[in-house]
Amino acid sequence: MRYMDEFRDPTIAKALLKQISSLCDEIAKTRDEPIYIMEICGGHTHSIFRFGLDKLVPKNLEFIHGPGCPVCVLPMSRVDDCVEIAENKNVIFTTFGDAMRVPGTKKSLLQAKAEGCDIRIVYSPLDALKIARENPDKDVVFFGLGFETTMPATALTIIRAKNESIKNFSMFCNHVLVPPPLRALLMDEKMQLDGFVGPGHVSMIIGKKPYQFIAAEFHKPVVIAGFEPLDLLSSVVMVLQQIIDGRHEIENQYGRVVPEDGNKAALDAITSVYEPRPRFDWRGLGEIEYSGVKIRDEFVEFDAEVKFKVGYGAGKGAGREPDDLLCGEVIKGFLKPVHCPKFGVECKPETPLGALMVSSEGACAAYYQYGGRREQEVV
Amino acid sequence: METPKFNKTNAKIVTLAHGGGGKAMRDLIQDVFIRDFFTEDTGEMEDQARLEIPSELSGSRLAFTSDGFVVDPLFFNGGDIGKLAVYGTVNDLAVGGAIPKWLSASFIIEEGLEVETLRKIATSMRDAAIKAGVKIVTGDTKVVARGAADKVFITTSGVGLIPNGVNLAASTVQEGDVAIVNGFLGHHGAAILQARGDLMLEGEIKSDCAPLGELMAVAMGAGVVHCARDLTRGGLASALNEIADACGHVIELEEEKMPLKPEIRGFCEILGFDPLYLANEGSLVLFVPAVDAENVLKAMREHEFGKDACIIGRVKTGNRPQVEMKTTFGGTRIVDMLVGEQLPRIC
Amino acid sequence: MCLGLPGQIIAIQDKQSMLGKVSFSGVSREVDLSCVATENLNDLVGKWVLVHVGFAMSVIDEEEAKATLEALEGLAEAQEEFAAIKESAGE
Repeated sequence: MRYMDEFRDPTIAKALLKQISSLCDEIAKTRDEPIYIMEICGGHTHSIFRFGLDKLVPKNLEFIHGPGCPVCVLPMSRVDDCVEIAENKNVIFTTFGDAMRVPGTKKSLLQAKAEGCDIRIVYSPLDALKIARENPDKDVVFFGLGFETTMPATALTIIRAKNESIKNFSMFCNHVLVPPPLRALLMDEKMQLDGFVGPGHVSMIIGKKPYQFIAAEFHKPVVIAGFEPLDLLSSVVMVLQQIIDGRHEIENQYGRVVPEDGNKAALDAITSVYEPRPRFDWRGLGEIEYSGVKIRDEFVEFDAEVKFKVGYGAGKGAGREPDDLLCGEVIKGFLKPVHCPKFGVECKPETPLGALMVSSEGACAAYYQYGGRREQEVV
Repeated sequence: METPKFNKTNAKIVTLAHGGGGKAMRDLIQDVFIRDFFTEDTGEMEDQARLEIPSELSGSRLAFTSDGFVVDPLFFNGGDIGKLAVYGTVNDLAVGGAIPKWLSASFIIEEGLEVETLRKIATSMRDAAIKAGVKIVTGDTKVVARGAADKVFITTSGVGLIPNGVNLAASTVQEGDVAIVNGFLGHHGAAILQARGDLMLEGEIKSDCAPLGELMAVAMGAGVVHCARDLTRGGLASALNEIADACGHVIELEEEKMPLKPEIRGFCEILGFDPLYLANEGSLVLFVPAVDAENVLKAMREHEFGKDACIIGRVKTGNRPQVEMKTTFGGTRIVDMLVGEQLPRIC
Repeated sequence: MCLGLPGQIIAIQDKQSMLGKVSFSGVSREVDLSCVATENLNDLVGKWVLVHVGFAMSVIDEEEAKATLEALEGLAEAQEEFAAIKESAGE
């Protein structure tokens, strides 16, 4: 078993699509409005478009693309902070490729690189640490971003750096948590939602428990899902079944990867290195309490925010986002990308105004790249 | 004509003196380049090459193309910058239906490059030229200060002959044409990234670097070919988008027919890449009327660079020119042009 | 977020720093195993893990995977049978 192709079988996909269609018909008997399912994770958004699943489900089932893309929710001011750090002569700035094209208020990291900053794309934070070992005269900074899935990796890298007494390595921490923005979204009265497809890889770290409030307080079903097409489709079946049964539970479709309680070693690494920030700014959603983490004082020598006096380290809070962008409305699912007046006109993948157009997980980029333009013409 | 005696150089590394126009330069050029590139067409050592069009091809149109090569690293699994510089230009001629004949080769060398490295590159170019049936007949060498170039940059220009009656063009692609590729995709792009080492991926992925002149001749001999493109930078997806724009039709691909080896899929899954945008250096796409498809495929499969030739999609009419992909589940998505370079992603 | 990929652990490279080599369809890379470490690291060789940014984050449960697939295949078969019954009933 290779755990990939097996979960892409078209015959089974067809059977699942049939089932989705009959479940949707059944729900349609009792209500007129569409069924809204939010896939929280950008990876799911990407899979939906890549495999063309959005066009295969019934018309009365709509996917709302959630806030689960760490690049998309990163405020412009944080990109500005990255550029400020990278512009230090002695700095090698390392980042995941995803962040390179995200616009700051002045420029993106890609532009800063073209202007002469030493900015390198790495696959793993371990590779950034390796660059630090190989360049003892340089200050190597890693742009730590991502949800709970990525946090253990960066935490363990910082622990490694401490154990090896590496002095020229630090991290600009932009890690954010999945549950707080979900609560914020659910508190919004305008929000219309029938259930969630939960983020599989975040859940392999944190387990099922952190989503309990969604069922307990807001009475919505959540099904933690894998990323292959069959995973996604069978999770949708499970959400629809819960809606029909009037249940609201946290179910796990991705049992092969997600243990009920998550990964203890990974959670321990997170808690030993990070502590919650009282607030953190989300692009399009504003500041959300306890939604981000910072590096603990025990590891302060590895905190680039302190070392380079930027962002919250400089006492600065969130910068203001341009008023005329509707990205927040798209993230909340109130507006479809194609209905944004800037979509495909001023805001395109080659000239992104908002981050949702930058990351391939961003709802706007996914729409644009995989066929949303056509829908726009129809609309 | 007798092979003349060439001067020798004892230099270990290239210095600015080698670009100064004096004795050092003469010795380097003669010892490293001309020794390898010399053929009867080199003729007298004048400031220009003088080319005879063979009588059986008289009346042919000339095809002329130029390409710069700046690959890093210089040597990689399956090839090197020299081989690339020959095949890259040869293939640009070949996919136009031309018979590749003559190349020029210009070198911009960063001082400090080892002469031995340059020799290896020149020898590789000679072997590639023989394999591709072309002659390197003129060239130039410049040496620049450290940091002004990266080791060595090569520009090759090529001239080929387009026989009477041959007129391949993207604008002639028609509804009902099938799209054929000659083999597995993505190997060059992946091999280069792997060789660079900064992503710390290990594997046996080998560049597909190959000359396509003969294969083109074989395909054109077996049936009607409307258009051909080599799938270099930007990969299959970019080439197809250009063709769709030129002919005004929709090109519909079938996901399950994409010729992708497991290691290329694996490589792409790790980095979040789409293999359709990875560069190839020995791959091409042909547009052929459906009635000719079987004959062309059969002929291609008998050639060493066409063994794995297959149909990947077809041309249909639509509201606007674009490339569409039918996914394995019957869904469709648009395969657009790439914005900038593909960057590894974690989300 | 969170591109994660199943790969097979093919070797333990450095026990002390918990690094192993994971193969993804023939392309391999050094991977940190601390989050999936067992008492004897060598027991992990041959196991499939889910890797994110160079860290193994979960040992894939083969039994679970099989169960999921079997359930899905069962569903597909049941539907086929159902369709067949409907068809024969219609005739």
